Amino acid sequence: MRNRYENEMKLEFLSKSNNEAFARIAVAAFVSQLDPTIEELADIKTAVSEAVTNAIIHGYEEKEGMVKIVCKLIGNSVVIEVSDTGKGIENIELAKQPLYTSKPNLERSGMGFTIMESFMDEMKIESVVGLGTKVTMKKKIEQEVSQKEEDCAIKA
Amino acid sequence: MKSKFYEEDKLLVLEITEEIDHHTTEELRRKMDNEIERCMPREVVFDFGSVAFMDSAGIGMVIGRYKLAKMFGASVCMTNVRKSVKKIFEMCGILRLIPILEEKIG
Ligand SMILES: Nc1ncnc2c1ncn2[C@@H]1O[C@H](COP(=O)(O)OP(=O)(O)OP(=O)(O)O)[C@@H](O)[C@H]1O
Ligand SMILES: [Mg+2]
Repeated sequence: MRNRYENEMKLEFLSKSNNEAFARIAVAAFVSQLDPTIEELADIKTAVSEAVTNAIIHGYEEKEGMVKIVCKLIGNSVVIEVSDTGKGIENIELAKQPLYTSKPNLERSGMGFTIMESFMDEMKIESVVGLGTKVTMKKKIEQEVSQKEEDCAIKA
Repeated sequence: MKSKFYEEDKLLVLEITEEIDHHTTEELRRKMDNEIERCMPREVVFDFGSVAFMDSAGIGMVIGRYKLAKMFGASVCMTNVRKSVKKIFEMCGILRLIPILEEKIG
């Protein structure tokens, strides 16, 4: 039963830095339905925080705009899209390089995309200069063995 | 953030008590720089014991304070770093520069 579970939510908020905590907590609360481990939840919160922060500081360059999050639960996986209609990324390959940052003066480390890529199972960047950026991330939530056994028992 | 300066050892312990992200680092940086400049320590320890969340903003924050402390000739290390936070520091090689001290300070 649980592995056929589907649900979806959308969230839109102003590109203010104090919404970074709100965004990652909201997504984590939604994903909790899949019974993730504490570690999986921490990974998801970090990845969301990275994507949302990027939208705010790079996409909109701290000017006002809307950041959108779509979060889908499909089977045992969570799919999270974070998008902005800001300036877009010229060279996606370069942007993905560990330690590459276009804003070293802001004490950025250039590790955001590297963290998203390694903390989630999949990450895809779509971007058009002048139109905006969408980052899509996917992560499978491992089911506990006991939970699987329980499902089997229910089916039987 | 709470800060404690041990005069006799010139040891400054900066205990971070908030989640660390782009939003919170702005104020944290300012407070930490004030403390470092005011105390002129020989050793700076970041205590992460109360940090429940940190993203990549924490890397830039720690490196920035490391650079400032170096100008005063101070060494910098971290303590009480939980697993989820350590995972982020481990990704970028910063631990070679700013090691994690295993025993508790302060
Ligand atoms: N939403 C976005 N809109 C425009 N440019 C972006 C966006 N997201 C990322 N970028 C570009 O990609 C680069 C790399 O992003 P990444 O998150 O890896 O590093 P960073 O944000 O610069 O530093 P860090 O995340 O470590 O603080 C950014 O410096 C920026 O130039
Ligand atoms: Mg980033």
